[in-house]
Amino acid sequence: MTTHVKFANTLSAAPCETCPACNAGHLRKLGINMENWDYVVALAGNPNTGKSTIFNALTGLRQHTGNWPGKTVARAEGGFAHGDKNFKLVDLPGTYSLLSTSMDEEVARDFILFGRPDVTVIVVDATHLERNLNLVLQVLEITNRAVVALNLIDEARRKKLTVDDRRLTRDLGVPVVPMAARSREGVPDLLQTIHQVATGQTVGKPHRIKNQHKILNQAIDTLAVKIETLFPGLPNARWVAMRLLDGDERLIQAVQRGELGDLQPGNLAQANNAPEIPLEVAS
Amino acid sequence: MTVNSTALPQNQRPPEPHETAESVLNLAAQLRWDVGGEFHEHLMEAIYTDAARIADRAVSYPEKPARFDMDRTIDNLVTSRIWGFPLMLLMLTVVFWITISGANYPSQFLGGILLDTVHQFLKNLAVIVGLPWWLSGLLIDGMYLATAWVVSVMLPPMAIFFPMFTLLEDFGYLPRVAFNLDNFFKKAGAHGKQALSMSMGFGCNAAGVIATRIIDSPRERLIAIITNNFAVCNGRWPTQILIATIFIGGMVSAQWAGFISALAVVSIALLGVLFSFVVSWGLSRSMLKGEVSTFSLELPPYRPPRIWQTIYTSVIDRTLIVLWRAVVFAMPAGAVIWLVSNIQLGGLSLAEYFINWTNPFGLLLGLNGIILLAYIVAIPANEIVIPTVLMLTALVLGAGGAGAGVMFDPNSLADTEALLRAGGWTLLTGVNLMLFSLLHNPCSTTIYTIFKETGSLKWTLVSTFLPIGMGFGLTFVVAQVWRLLAG
Repeated sequence: MTTHVKFANTLSAAPCETCPACNAGHLRKLGINMENWDYVVALAGNPNTGKSTIFNALTGLRQHTGNWPGKTVARAEGGFAHGDKNFKLVDLPGTYSLLSTSMDEEVARDFILFGRPDVTVIVVDATHLERNLNLVLQVLEITNRAVVALNLIDEARRKKLTVDDRRLTRDLGVPVVPMAARSREGVPDLLQTIHQVATGQTVGKPHRIKNQHKILNQAIDTLAVKIETLFPGLPNARWVAMRLLDGDERLIQAVQRGELGDLQPGNLAQANNAPEIPLEVAS
Repeated sequence: MTVNSTALPQNQRPPEPHETAESVLNLAAQLRWDVGGEFHEHLMEAIYTDAARIADRAVSYPEKPARFDMDRTIDNLVTSRIWGFPLMLLMLTVVFWITISGANYPSQFLGGILLDTVHQFLKNLAVIVGLPWWLSGLLIDGMYLATAWVVSVMLPPMAIFFPMFTLLEDFGYLPRVAFNLDNFFKKAGAHGKQALSMSMGFGCNAAGVIATRIIDSPRERLIAIITNNFAVCNGRWPTQILIATIFIGGMVSAQWAGFISALAVVSIALLGVLFSFVVSWGLSRSMLKGEVSTFSLELPPYRPPRIWQTIYTSVIDRTLIVLWRAVVFAMPAGAVIWLVSNIQLGGLSLAEYFINWTNPFGLLLGLNGIILLAYIVAIPANEIVIPTVLMLTALVLGAGGAGAGVMFDPNSLADTEALLRAGGWTLLTGVNLMLFSLLHNPCSTTIYTIFKETGSLKWTLVSTFLPIGMGFGLTFVVAQVWRLLAG
């Protein structure tokens, strides 16, 4: 167990959890009212894992939810307050991977990378953990300020699956919050965890993808060092290196234009002015 | 941050950002050469391996697998080769049957209040206040009546149809529909996910056009955008339902009327799906040639729908928003209708001029001049086609006597039917209106959305004029054949 990881809240129930009055005081749904936010939180995840349900539960908005993959194609934004902080929540389109080219997936990828959310919540379907982890591992390469919302544990229970969230927390190196968003189960925990990650009380030490091939690892490391020199303080140099090695045009452009360097972590004012992500097809 | 300038020896190249970016990219290009072309595959393999290992450690499965898997059993049934399509049709028919038979009574009730009582009250009030005739005509007979009509015709079917549709969506049925249709789309040279954007189009074509973003290939996405209009949308369901109830349901005995009208509406919806296939096929072999891309479609688990919440959100999200849009467009449209009916040039109103002028063409299509004018007035929103048709028909017949362009209270189906029959409508007019309602230009919101999504004037024009051209063609052929057979 590494000393960097302190997830008191996910490992033992917070005293407030059983007290509805206290919880109600913690969460204030702000709807689309989010002029002065302190932190930006992104909701990512595979299609149809309940991102919009969580979005609605936190913001009080009624973004239409539907049981089919691909419902959210653009990003939706809302706000909530927890404790003394205001959060802006961005609901991203569902995606299986950050390595492909369709427009809805690009919206998600670009926002996590260039929008620099303070916290990225990755919503996973507890009943299809393995498939969902593919995306989690990719997001963890980009950011260490992540929380995994292990959603649909009610479904998992129905299917008699048990998911060991502590084990998962240790293996992934970021907080894992079991929840059933449809019935609001785990929402207070999630809020608490988001708060802690946003304020830096909890610092994750995320899992790194282990390549089997030595030559690839060497290439990634060599390039990552160069990138870190070019953009000091960049938290995801390894991921940028992987994308450059894969010939990702968007990332090549970003390096050319120095877009990565403009967005240093914690530089909120600039993160908020992140380049508007085009949603239209240029044809 | 001064790492570059202090840590490096003086004789090294100065850290000029652009040059360094170049050097990083050059290094990347060189390394890419070294690692070979299989980098992507190796990376994916590493991710999958890690994910499998972590998941395996965290999840424990039940000792014995559940003997009866409900989801799989349902899936085997609703996506079966034999039962898939019949079940889909059955479900659609039942939904429309409930909508049609359930909407009738509340429609009549609302019509009685809004069109009779409130309208009369407002007219009386106008007399007491002493409004000039033209102002009370414009406000009450034009704007108010058109709005009241839209509300009483549209609200009940929408309040019944949308929650049912949303429940099916929540339950997880839509991806199964996509699964069933996938093969057809592939044969038509289109993307299988077009089935999903088409399903969205059944709610609203503008939303359907936006939903095509889930399709990665620009070629297949354009096909999906152009053909989305063949999915009958919100604004058109009430027209279909009303006309089917009057002209098709009217042909059979009362106990079968609801079922037969539902069948007629389902047939129109299926005809739209058929046109989707045919036009996709045509486009992918002419203007938009190319390979079909493959994709994997996830069939999500069935989830018990949360009934009350669904009803609440579908009433708020869909019904009220759509209704509000209809009302916003109905008010100015009501004013326009009243004005063109009351501004006279040489003894005839503007509307009559237009109707007389287009009537021969309309009759050639088995429609009439009034319907054509109504479709022009209704470009902003299809929802107001029926109210416009009724107001104009009443105008041409000179009925009501309360000034031109005023409906005589058609607050029951029988009254509406009597009005239309008096306007020279036959079963052919009804059928062709249903066909034309399926095949005409998208509403202005959808056209604008298409322009925004494609960024191309050319494809916007194609999406606009292709369906209306088809509509003219089809109604013309149907009218000619019909008249030939009828002698």
